[in-house]
Amino acid sequence: MFLLNNRPEEWSDNLSIKDLLERKNYKFKMLVIKINGKLIKKSEYLSAIIPPKAEVQVLHLMSGG
Amino acid sequence: MKKEDFYKNHDPLLLNALQNATVAIAGAGGLGSNCAVALARSGVGKLIICDFDRIIASNLNRQYYFADQIGLHKVEALKQTLNRINPFCEYEIHNVKLDDLLIQEIFEDADLIVEAFDAADQKQMLIETWAECFADIPIIIASGIGGFGNNETLKQKKSGKMFLIGDEVSDVTKGYLPLAPRVSVVANMQANLAIELLFDKFYKNNIKGRNRYVFAQ
Repeated sequence: MFLLNNRPEEWSDNLSIKDLLERKNYKFKMLVIKINGKLIKKSEYLSAIIPPKAEVQVLHLMSGG
Repeated sequence: MKKEDFYKNHDPLLLNALQNATVAIAGAGGLGSNCAVALARSGVGKLIICDFDRIIASNLNRQYYFADQIGLHKVEALKQTLNRINPFCEYEIHNVKLDDLLIQEIFEDADLIVEAFDAADQKQMLIETWAECFADIPIIIASGIGGFGNNETLKQKKSGKMFLIGDEVSDVTKGYLPLAPRVSVVANMQANLAIELLFDKFYKNNIKGRNRYVFAQ
């Protein structure tokens, strides 16, 4: 298990951020993603592996300003 | 106009914190122009404002510009307006399209960053640069400012020193067109939070000093 936006989520071995986004069907192109408080850059989504019991935060970035 | 008259209704404790602060504002559109006006009226010592755009007629439905400023660079026009409102603050403007290197150079002395870009990819670039170079100062991001009504959907989220304000839903590229009320509400929420964070920083979370601003529950 790990926490996604404070809700429990099933953990699996070698789960990357990219895998997670596909699993959750997050379609927004621009996101702010943190694993245990550390910002994950867009270029790192494939290589960033979610450790067990991690706290993952996904925030959506909307255009407009 | 005298400085002491301008600040007559300001709390000296808060004003002292704000006068000693520098806030960097990335973007001078609907968010940045409205946020800058609120911070200037509040008495933030120095604002660093960056944008590369010129004012066009369609900006006037939400951005703090005037019909007779159409065609001017936004940062030049905003500096004029800010000086007309509060000439006792410093306004440093940069007519540039920000990238990671420019952000590092221009924002070096900032106590706090206000993200006020339009495009989501620009927001992401700023956040990644902040995380690499400025993660010890707060950043206030806006996400989801389009449409009208729905006051209750506007919220503030905190993650370490990163704050996000908006509804996280209304993307202007998906038809949620931006209008003055909702954009300026979010811009002023950004300014309101900035003031709170600057106060806390200056007085190092001294509860005694802050008590007078905490509302009864």
